[in-house]
Amino acid sequence: MKLQKLCCVVLGVAAFGFGMAAENAMAQNEQFIPRLVYRTGPYAPNGIPFADGYGDYLDMINARDGGVGGVKITNEECETNYNNDKGVECYERLKNHAPTGASLVDPLSTGITYALIERATADKIPVVSMGYGRADASYGSVFPYVFTYPTTYWDGADTIITYIANQEGGVDKLKGKKIALVYHDSAYGKEPIPTLDKLSAADGFTFLKFAVSPPGIDQKATWLQIRQQRPDYVLMWGWGVMNSTAIKEAAAVGYPMNHFIGVWWSGAEPDVVPAGDSAKGYKAAQITGVGRDFPVIKDILRYVYGSGKTGHTTADKVGEVLYNRGVANAMYDIEALRIAQARYGNKPLTGEQMRWGLEHLDLTPQRIAAMGGTNLLQPVKISCADHEGGGSVRITQWDGKAFHPVSDWIKPHQDMIRDMYKESALAYAKEKNITPRDCSQISEAR
Amino acid sequence: MLYRETGQFKTSYVADQAIFPIRQDRYLAAAALVLAYVAVPILGTEYWLLTIMIPFLVFTLAAIGLNILTGYAGQLSLGTGGFMAVGAFATYKITTSFPGLNIVVVFVLAGIITALVGVMFGWPSLRIKGFYLAVATLASQFFLIWMFNKFPWFNNYTASGVISAPPRAVFGHFFVTGAEANPVNKYLFVLTVVVVMAFIAKNLVRGRVGRSWMAMRDMDIAAEIIGIRPLQTKLLAFAISSFYCGISGAMWAFIYTGGVEALAFDIDRSFQILFMIIIGGLGSILGSFLGAAFIVLLPIWLENVPRLLGVNIPVNYISNTQSMVFGALIVFFLIVEPRGLARLWQIGKEKLRMWPFPY
Repeated sequence: MKLQKLCCVVLGVAAFGFGMAAENAMAQNEQFIPRLVYRTGPYAPNGIPFADGYGDYLDMINARDGGVGGVKITNEECETNYNNDKGVECYERLKNHAPTGASLVDPLSTGITYALIERATADKIPVVSMGYGRADASYGSVFPYVFTYPTTYWDGADTIITYIANQEGGVDKLKGKKIALVYHDSAYGKEPIPTLDKLSAADGFTFLKFAVSPPGIDQKATWLQIRQQRPDYVLMWGWGVMNSTAIKEAAAVGYPMNHFIGVWWSGAEPDVVPAGDSAKGYKAAQITGVGRDFPVIKDILRYVYGSGKTGHTTADKVGEVLYNRGVANAMYDIEALRIAQARYGNKPLTGEQMRWGLEHLDLTPQRIAAMGGTNLLQPVKISCADHEGGGSVRITQWDGKAFHPVSDWIKPHQDMIRDMYKESALAYAKEKNITPRDCSQISEAR
Repeated sequence: MLYRETGQFKTSYVADQAIFPIRQDRYLAAAALVLAYVAVPILGTEYWLLTIMIPFLVFTLAAIGLNILTGYAGQLSLGTGGFMAVGAFATYKITTSFPGLNIVVVFVLAGIITALVGVMFGWPSLRIKGFYLAVATLASQFFLIWMFNKFPWFNNYTASGVISAPPRAVFGHFFVTGAEANPVNKYLFVLTVVVVMAFIAKNLVRGRVGRSWMAMRDMDIAAEIIGIRPLQTKLLAFAISSFYCGISGAMWAFIYTGGVEALAFDIDRSFQILFMIIIGGLGSILGSFLGAAFIVLLPIWLENVPRLLGVNIPVNYISNTQSMVFGALIVFFLIVEPRGLARLWQIGKEKLRMWPFPY
């Protein structure tokens, strides 16, 4: 017994020493990206494809181009379980990784984004919350280290209402209509509420709120209420198992699917497939392209899955909605890295240098075509004051096999929303004693 | 031999009533304090201080709070998360309404508010006992979280319902909240709060109040007959327990994460703390420390083992294995010692007393 114990202790110590040595022996010409993922728990069905897409794109870049500017991209996954505390733990664990620390962090959770904004700002590590997170962080003067491109939940709510108005034949037709929001009762689900409140006052529709407590497996009561109140449209801000449950429940109470519109995190295969045929006609907003018909996806299939090689997932899952969004997220990040390298040289960059790259991200349609992502990525132009970059949203519909676009790219009412960002961000700055940067003073050359 | 108290004579009542009557314990406690106050801040990295030590200490405080109520006074409670949320939101409302108020005062006020809420929900404990009381406190858990989600007044009408900690200093530039605060400052502040409050709790449970709690726990009718008033005793236990939980919740939100939504204090949190006191030892202050260490540190350690070994295992396997190993360890410890880690330590002390010549 005693000997066994001793062995255990010795093994443990040896393991520790070995691990430390392995860490130090790492090559120096590398750029590290920490990856907060969730492959277990109630959000795993959606977390897995996104993480796979992101990882595969990095692998493809390393295989095809040998990294970026000769610098190899390394990454390490950390399981967050979509849990804010674990997200913070993961971030703290990975932020000082060799050689230059984390270049940026993609939390893939609005809650974790909220928990990281201040930490990462203090650590000078950019937080890229692509189409999620804190909407008013788009106001770059107050949030220099947070990026929300291509669009935010506030824009999402606005564009979906615009789409509904188009369906009904004009904004004036919204008067007297009832629009309901079924939302994940967390920071994520609550984000669109101020925008919808404002729009309901302006356009004259009645706005009904239905909170679903996470993870959202039990929604019977919610949908019975919806059946009683008979809203004309139902919007959904859901994630994980909540999405598929909601679609099944909506079908069970006979709610018309083509009047049920999810945000982009509620519009992927894992959400509709479990509901089977009853999900046909369900609509979802999208911020990235769907399908496999993009040169970059073909490159992934060739370099990561070609001839006996295995990527993060199986080749048939490549091109799914969330997989593509993971790819798109990685493409934006890597492009920012290229821009930062053009200024600071082809070497491992710090978070601060990455931030410069992100703030000067300018994706023109030509550049997107060169990256092989036409219609997958949206053109965005980031500046000091605008960390959102002016993206749009398009509505897609599920036909039982795939999501197909049923609208053009819809531009949000940016004047109204940007004023809302500014007002909200300045209130935050006041609470936190932050002096906003004066963006007119920051010249392009710096 | 190591724990033999031969030759340690007590010549006064003060010496006899000391918290650590045996010299060896005093040395150990002093060594632990030196370790915590000197060695950890010097040797600990930012990762260690911020994501391991601080949550451990914050949970310890919550576990002490629940231990007072459940372990000492015998009132089973599942409302810990809700009371922590009260502490967090009260701190937020007070400190944003009165930015000039010192954060220590704010924490104490938040603790008092939580104590009042705790008394309110503890009222039914006079009539209902055991599992029925657990269900009643469960109601408080759900009600409180619902309330913080429902009324935006509690989070100053922010869009997302997240409260985030503004920078506040204890004195001068000794900032303990906000992202700019030095991790060492944060750690030392949390440590001091926990040490002071653990000391107070230890003395409370050794004194008249604690004895009346334990009498109530062991047999309430007998306790009533010997002159202990059930109303005051039970409500005092609820108040003090909630005070501890409230301050723990406030530190969780303000010092550890820096920003929380009500969801951070859901039913899982209550269970987590209940497991801490069950594993650590019901009715033991030391057990609260041990239980918190077990629940907080072990998963992190398990997750880091493969990486330290240099083995590259996908995160989903690590995460699932960790849950399995953790569950197995809980079962193991409960079979080996149902009275918790604190009891295990006590048995160890007895053994050390005889060592190396047991009879």
